[in-house]
Amino acid sequence: MGNPILQVENLVKSYGDVQAVRGVSFSVEEGEVFGLLGPNGAGKTSTVEILEGLRDLDSGRVSVCGLDPQRDSQALKHEIGAALQSTSLPDKLRVMEALRLFSSFYKRRRNPEELLKRFGLEEKRNAFYSQLSGGQKQRLALAMALVNDPKVLFFDEPTAGLDPQVRREIYDIIEELKREKKTIVMTTHYIEEAERLCDRVAIVDHGKVVALGTPRELKAHSGGTTRIEVRLAKPEPDGALKKLEGVADARELDGAYVIHSHRPPKTIVDLVKHLEAEGNELVSLEIASPSLEDVFIEMTGRRLRD
Amino acid sequence: MRNFATLTRMRIQLTLRNKMFLFFTVLMPFAFFFLYAGVFAKGQPMVVKFFLGPVVALTVMGSFWGLSAALVMFREQGILRRFHVTPVTAGDMLASSIVANYVLMFPTVLLEFLFARSIFHVNNFGDLLATFILVSIGTVSFASLGLVVASVTNTMQETQVINQLLWLPLIFLSGATFPLAFLPHVVQNVSLFLPATYLVQGLRRSIFESAPIWDHNVLVSLGSLVFWAVLTFFLSAQLFRWEPEVKVPRKAKLLVVATAIPFLLLGFWENKYGNIPAQAQSAFDSLNGPQKSAPPPDAQKGPDSPK
Repeated sequence: MGNPILQVENLVKSYGDVQAVRGVSFSVEEGEVFGLLGPNGAGKTSTVEILEGLRDLDSGRVSVCGLDPQRDSQALKHEIGAALQSTSLPDKLRVMEALRLFSSFYKRRRNPEELLKRFGLEEKRNAFYSQLSGGQKQRLALAMALVNDPKVLFFDEPTAGLDPQVRREIYDIIEELKREKKTIVMTTHYIEEAERLCDRVAIVDHGKVVALGTPRELKAHSGGTTRIEVRLAKPEPDGALKKLEGVADARELDGAYVIHSHRPPKTIVDLVKHLEAEGNELVSLEIASPSLEDVFIEMTGRRLRD
Repeated sequence: MRNFATLTRMRIQLTLRNKMFLFFTVLMPFAFFFLYAGVFAKGQPMVVKFFLGPVVALTVMGSFWGLSAALVMFREQGILRRFHVTPVTAGDMLASSIVANYVLMFPTVLLEFLFARSIFHVNNFGDLLATFILVSIGTVSFASLGLVVASVTNTMQETQVINQLLWLPLIFLSGATFPLAFLPHVVQNVSLFLPATYLVQGLRRSIFESAPIWDHNVLVSLGSLVFWAVLTFFLSAQLFRWEPEVKVPRKAKLLVVATAIPFLLLGFWENKYGNIPAQAQSAFDSLNGPQKSAPPPDAQKGPDSPK
């Protein structure tokens, strides 16, 4: 491990009676893309907003670029760039004006023209913010996060609510930033996004980190198993499916059975035989190579809904 | 300081692109102006001059509408959040609102004076320096009031309700619509507790009676409005919220009540020792002397109002 540019230790944050973040710890290396993956309400946004200096923490220790976001928030804001969730710009602000305005706030600046070109917004330079499509707004948000050439970038759910094609556009942009060795902390509830973009992922649930590592490590940790998801005509008794050949784990999840197997062909043959013997029937069967979703299911017993 | 300047420029630009702005800052004041000058004053220069103070005061006081609405909208739509991750401070945000409002308001006031001169032949505008300072302080203090309203309300509906509740007494009890001399004695007493009265009466004194800055009542108006502007601005900075989901703390509403205290004290003092209503009366009477204006007879009061 080199020198972490961002450190979080035992972070705790409550809103009234609700504990949103319950002892989160992780650190991020320079040039790394770090993902916080988890369902909505897992505490990802709260964590990121504390790192950005937007919210105060209750207890724990955080440091970003060697600064304390609470105490040195003014200095920190010159060093970070962010694309926030649920934010917007004035309707009647033009694209180029927005980039110029926001870059004027910083000591270190990037050329707004160059950002405009790079994020494919040249044609929209004089368009009002209200005239942009969802994808264009998000590209502008990412461009605006870069106006001060920040040391650390925070992207909070950068593709939430965008259609798949636009989502892929955003992935390309983030991958390009990754090639430039930008340090990025992003939150997401899309498995694909975390696997594709992140060097390391912290899986977060109910305000806690339940697993942390590279996507490959995490998947290896879950045994390198293949997921077989089946729907059956009649319910199976608890534990019956676990006894099938090659099965590492089997559990019921909202009406379906999720089986993790080391040897999928053997398991499936055994499953069909077992069902015939029991007088049960197979309604559907799906096979998926191991993903972070399986890690999430294993850790929490729940599905991470897309 | 730099951030404040660029933000101010943005606010001016955005406001000029907004149709609501045209209504509140341009159309409404001019509608008042022509109603007063053309209908109430029947175009007589002396009477137009008498009504110029109230018209300018209405223009200036209107500041708080637009300002509170704009700030609440910025917060509700998550626009303020975006500024919060930049080095922009709450002070930058609030001060730029006030300065942008001032820059946009001033041409309207200037046009009112120019119209009075060119259309209604008012040749003398009293003490211009005192008037200029009163207009400036008045604009800043009512703009600050707008920022406080934005800070103590959670939604746009709430903001509009509070604005209405403030607007009606401010325009009806201060002498801005009906001259103070027109109002019953009890209402006159109440009016001395309102900041708006000091703006309206100060402007009457400087425009109609050509009183200079060091005139006692002009000084009272200036002093109280400056004090109030500082207090309300400070309060709005204390209560400023970037995030839409952060609600107003309960104690905030109490703090707001505290800003009324200076005018409560001033009101008692003026009711006991001051001569603002008497002055307003004699200014009003002077209109009826040589010229024939037509105030409804039932609203006319005794020639020497008791002090």
